[in-house]
Amino acid sequence: MDAPRAAFAPLGLLAELTHRCPLGCPYCSNPLELDKRSDELDTATWARVFAEAAGLGVLQVHLSGGEPAARRDLPEIIAAARDAGLYSNLITSAVGLTSEGLTRLADAGLDHVQVSIQDSDAASADLIAGYSGAFARKRALAADVVNLGLPLTVNVVVHRANIDRIGSMVEQALALGASRVEIAHVQYYGWALKNRAALMPSRQQVDTALIAVERLRQSHCGDIVIDAVVPDYYARYPKPCVGGWGRRSLNVTPSGRVLPCHAAEVIPGLEFWNVRDRSLSEIWHGSPAFMAFRGTDWMQEPCRSCALKGKDFGGCRCQAFLIAGDARLADPVCHLSPHHDALEKLAAIRDDSTYHYRKF
Amino acid sequence: MNAAPVSISDDAKPRLPRGVRLTHNEAQGGWVLLAPERVFKADPVAHEILKRCTGATTLAEIVDDLVRTFAGAPRDRIRTDVAALLAGLADKKLLEFG
Repeated sequence: MDAPRAAFAPLGLLAELTHRCPLGCPYCSNPLELDKRSDELDTATWARVFAEAAGLGVLQVHLSGGEPAARRDLPEIIAAARDAGLYSNLITSAVGLTSEGLTRLADAGLDHVQVSIQDSDAASADLIAGYSGAFARKRALAADVVNLGLPLTVNVVVHRANIDRIGSMVEQALALGASRVEIAHVQYYGWALKNRAALMPSRQQVDTALIAVERLRQSHCGDIVIDAVVPDYYARYPKPCVGGWGRRSLNVTPSGRVLPCHAAEVIPGLEFWNVRDRSLSEIWHGSPAFMAFRGTDWMQEPCRSCALKGKDFGGCRCQAFLIAGDARLADPVCHLSPHHDALEKLAAIRDDSTYHYRKF
Repeated sequence: MNAAPVSISDDAKPRLPRGVRLTHNEAQGGWVLLAPERVFKADPVAHEILKRCTGATTLAEIVDDLVRTFAGAPRDRIRTDVAALLAGLADKKLLEFG
């Protein structure tokens, strides 16, 4: 009997090369249980994964972490992505990546660099990162990226402490020579969920920020591309999370587990397959975790009969589990979810005492 | 967004900036433009235009070449369409002019 085949070809692969990172950002998207260095995939396995990904139709690989530069074999990993024909995107904190190191990555075939900044104010930025001097290091690396002629994206993660400075953060991205800025409101999973009471902005702050971003987009059209990840606790319609479960993208953890999204391991009962044991193609088409919420057959009401089910795919499975208690329910962001009101109550819980910094 | 009239000089030499690549992929259904964290499908018309954006050829030469290749379409119309496509891509930082 033939194994089932997915009707979709993935476009993007998020390769979490390591969970090691010098920074401690309290909204880190990594899981609370971090993979140990001794469990990390070796260079040859990543090269095999990239070749298999390209065979599946993947066009872009996002080299992430943790801090990917913590891997000494990063130039070889980038060369393997290039050899597989993939467009490579380095997602870096800039800490631990020197000018010389970056030049080696560019020579290995790196296509694009995304540097995160925590705030436009240096003291606040270093406080959020939990690392003194991080801000200065990021500015220096951004300049190196531009000097090498590589395209630069500045990623800004937005939350209560910096949301009122979105304008100055975009100005800073322009001054750094970025061609693109990504304004990413914190998504509440993993460490961010643990820190929700310290990170959540007010509804009024979010509304003001959305208007500010739209104005910035118009005034800087042609100078810089502004992409925004919208905050969803105050929304009425859910995001089409990862473009639909098992539909557009996949994520490989440092130790080789293949996930439909980086947070998927919070959902109990899902069986994840590992690239150490099987090919990426076998996993994409047949892994129980990928099959669990692919398509629309798994849906219940109000999703099942919803006209938007092929557009937002019922929103985020992880959020449905985390807030509503069952991953098969509608994302509670949806106004039709009976759990929708819970979000507003959760968003109202405030605690300004301290961050739980991400750490092993 | 900016709906200003498209004014690209005949002498401009369009090219894909570093970090933007035109590539063919069967699994994704044809030609695609790869850019920082974005992928754009290039339809056959866009592909015919983009493959000529080498940085060595002027807009006027590209239009002349397209007029020759697709005999029958009026030159003015082709120039207008090409300039509109290129300006839209330049706004998205997917194209630059030498």
